[in-house]
Amino acid sequence: GSQQNRASRRKNYQRKNRDGKKAREEGSQQKDRGKTTSTKDQKESKNKEKKTTKRGKEGENKQKKDRKNSTSSTSSNSSDEESLSEEELAMLKEQVEQKKKLISTMRNKPWRMVKKLSVLREAQDFVEKFEGALGKGKGKKLYAYKMMMAKKWVKFKRDFENFKTQCIPWEMKIKEVESHFGSSVASYFIFLRWMYGVNLVLFGLIFGLVIIPEVLMGMPYGSLPRKTVPRDEQATAMDFSVLWDFEGYIKYSALFYGYYNNQRTIGWLKYRLPMAYFMVGISIFGYSLMVVIRSMARNANESTADGDDDNFIFSWKMFTSWDYLIGNPETADNKFASITTSFKESIVDEQESNKDENIHLRRFLRVLANVLIICCLCGSGYLIYFVVKRSQTFSKMQNVGWYERNEVEIVMSLLGMFCPPLFETIAALENYHPRIGLKWQLGRIFALFLGNLYTFLLALMDDVNEKLAEEDVVKNITHWTLLGHQNSSAGNDSTVTPPPLDPADVPRGPCWETTVGIEFVRLTVSDILVTYITILVGDFIRACFVRFVNYCWCWDLEAGFPSYAEFDISGNVLGLVFNQGMIWMGSFYAPGLVGINVLRLLTSMYFQCWAVMSSNVPHARVFKASKSNNFYMGLLLLILFLSLLPVAYTIMSLPPSFDCGPFSGKKRMYDVIQETIELDFPLFVAKIFSYVANPGLIIPAILLMVLTIYYLNAVSKAYQRANAELRKKMQMQREEEKNKRNNKASTNPMLQDLEDLLTPSTKTESPPKQAEDKKIESPNGTSPVRKPGRGEVPAGSPMAGGRGAAFTPPAPVFVTQPRTLGLRAPYPGQPRPWGHPLGPVPGRGRGQPCY
Amino acid sequence: MGNKQTIFTQEQLDAYQDCTFFTRKEILRLFHRYRDLAPQLVPLDYSDKPAVTLPYQLIGSMPELKDNPFRQRIAEVFSEHGDGNMTLDDFLDMFSVLSEMAPRDLKAYYAFKIYDFNNDDYICKSDLEKTVNKLTRNELTPEEVSLACEKVIYEADADNDGKLSLADFQQMILRAPDFL
Repeated sequence: GSQQNRASRRKNYQRKNRDGKKAREEGSQQKDRGKTTSTKDQKESKNKEKKTTKRGKEGENKQKKDRKNSTSSTSSNSSDEESLSEEELAMLKEQVEQKKKLISTMRNKPWRMVKKLSVLREAQDFVEKFEGALGKGKGKKLYAYKMMMAKKWVKFKRDFENFKTQCIPWEMKIKEVESHFGSSVASYFIFLRWMYGVNLVLFGLIFGLVIIPEVLMGMPYGSLPRKTVPRDEQATAMDFSVLWDFEGYIKYSALFYGYYNNQRTIGWLKYRLPMAYFMVGISIFGYSLMVVIRSMARNANESTADGDDDNFIFSWKMFTSWDYLIGNPETADNKFASITTSFKESIVDEQESNKDENIHLRRFLRVLANVLIICCLCGSGYLIYFVVKRSQTFSKMQNVGWYERNEVEIVMSLLGMFCPPLFETIAALENYHPRIGLKWQLGRIFALFLGNLYTFLLALMDDVNEKLAEEDVVKNITHWTLLGHQNSSAGNDSTVTPPPLDPADVPRGPCWETTVGIEFVRLTVSDILVTYITILVGDFIRACFVRFVNYCWCWDLEAGFPSYAEFDISGNVLGLVFNQGMIWMGSFYAPGLVGINVLRLLTSMYFQCWAVMSSNVPHARVFKASKSNNFYMGLLLLILFLSLLPVAYTIMSLPPSFDCGPFSGKKRMYDVIQETIELDFPLFVAKIFSYVANPGLIIPAILLMVLTIYYLNAVSKAYQRANAELRKKMQMQREEEKNKRNNKASTNPMLQDLEDLLTPSTKTESPPKQAEDKKIESPNGTSPVRKPGRGEVPAGSPMAGGRGAAFTPPAPVFVTQPRTLGLRAPYPGQPRPWGHPLGPVPGRGRGQPCY
Repeated sequence: MGNKQTIFTQEQLDAYQDCTFFTRKEILRLFHRYRDLAPQLVPLDYSDKPAVTLPYQLIGSMPELKDNPFRQRIAEVFSEHGDGNMTLDDFLDMFSVLSEMAPRDLKAYYAFKIYDFNNDDYICKSDLEKTVNKLTRNELTPEEVSLACEKVIYEADADNDGKLSLADFQQMILRAPDFL
């Protein structure tokens, strides 16, 4: 009797399946089914009780239940020892659990809403009803409490989720852009938003831990030489032209390194500012590294698909080329055109795949393009070096014009403006797929920016060294001046303490840290201006011109030469990344830089959104962003690392200026840590620290890390190899299958008929066994249901009753072999040797993304 | 939170949140989108579940679908009777599946339904031809179309029955880098 019941439930399950169960659930159920064999005996014994409690509920999660039965019943046995019928209780509990699971995964079910709603309500009612009945006796109160808390927790989580999505800024704006320009343009804005978030955190760190304490609790402006404008600059210190160069009052403000005092503790809080300054400088890098790497890892996890598989060129083109986010007729037109072209291209490729006469030409062109681009890069690098050198001679001269003062920034911005289009023109020679082309383009512009940045840094380093030499001289002068001042006043009247020298009059060193900070701030600001002006002129004015002059022009401006601008994704992304690199590098010497950057990102979000919507046209070859995201992150990580290097170098190996900044008077900046440890911590901490800092410990630690990396790398390589192997195997299997099918196609019908005839007599024993063997052979739960044999009647087709019905009704026959029954129902057709692969089949469903 | 809305009861909203990938606010926004399509048809009070359906002509004119070559199929797949006319439930269903929070295999399932023009649970050659023609607006020659379709079947058809089953389709599409 129970078997009959189960068989019908199986059928029920299949019907559900036909309704559209997803591969994932199937996968898990198949897996569970594998376990069923082990818990079978247990199950048999419980079947009776099960039947009493079951109220004809749909048996779709049956397998899950079976599995749980074995685990949960044991645990519940211990807790509900004294309850009336623990079996029943366990069953009930388990059903409740299962209903809850159903509720939580409801949204993943491909059912109609009506059905979802009704099933949901049913499940909720069920849970409502029986939850209270559970946990009789001792545990009842606790159980009820737990349930209540769980409910509250769920509600809280949902509210929090709602709140969180409401807090995401610019969602609508980005969606709008997305609908007009496809996902690739939107990906830039999402990246921009992410960047904004990161910078807000950095800003909070710097602002809250460094700038505010110094402003509130530190010595006020004018109390120290480092916080005062020198006497000879005071006349012009408030002029706009001076402020614009970040000289005058701005130079002696909390925006720059030089303003900070080296007093060990400030204010009534005894806030250790130099220490905080140092730690914040480090933690900015630490935090950025962590965030970038974490989001990279998350992206990598999300993209299970690896696009290098070229088995499905046409299929992917056909089924995934449409960007479902497009909601703008113009973009849609472009998309149609690009899909058509890509189809034609791949058809031509397919037809001419044997001919490879073009390859040599293409290769030649690609090499040529790369040579040209390397030339450009070298040229721009040299130009910058030349300009920076020249600016150093200019800085020694007295009255130089505006151009001479800003030559470096202007040249760098111009290079950044003109080189990318040049690269794009050269890249047209190469004829890559736009997505690959985009990557190349990004890589090249990145190389350009990086080269420029590093040349700039090298030149700056020269400058710093000069300043350091100069400083020694000034140090003596300052020393003697102070001494002389004291002596002179002491000579006059030894009893009265001399009036202190006005801080504005004290001769002071060049303070190379502030100089570096100012360079970075100027670079950032000029970069912002150039970007905005480019957008305004290159996009907006051009669009206006094209739009309005078109009425009275001799050719069609919109379709012809100037036309509208496209949104330059690669340039914009790289501009952002590069800018961020400058922020990271400069923020140690100019704490205010992060604030400027936050402002920049905020305005650029609005400004660029507006510019894109008002004056750009969608790309002619619209393509989707898909995985470029991690590429952006990779670039960001690289530039983060590269900007870490110079900062670390200066911190570790250059002496800080003697009269400005929080580390003045120390030999090296990191001495502040040692000082803190020695003065503020008990002795044994200092001892421990000295042991830990011992090279004898650090080198083995680094070695250990290197070895770990090596090991993990080897392991991941091995996994990759196994993965590739499996894929190859699968491929071969497919081919083999196909061949087999093709060969047997002619004989198949006859064979089928024969087997049909044999079915009632022979099938009772052997085929299910066979099936079960197979089941065991494929431990990963390769699902026969998902991969139906050819002879199997599709569950949803009108023939479903056909052969399947031929053997299900005589259920009593099987009573003697209950073991096989569990595996019977999923095979309405006869199992065929080639019906399902024996090995594990990766990539099916999402339960097993890789091995 | 402002509980001022009277369109749905709290239970309804909770149920919808359980059944879709949307938050409360998004559900309300979608309701307003739905209502804006035909303000005279859709009442402002949904707590007693009025049976209102909007015809396909209105649904298909939404900006999200207007330019989609498969809009008719999408509407048909998600509508209750397969005719493209949608109730609010169907509407929410559709947007839930098309939203970016939906898992890929759920999308794959519905994508299969969408591409399966003749509803026979297989994507056969005629379905593929229709797909290509819709994607390229009939700009390919018939030979090219049939070549492309043959290639697709050759590539993706694992069990070699000349048409793509759901399993074939899922295996193929879940590995696609572009499938969102």
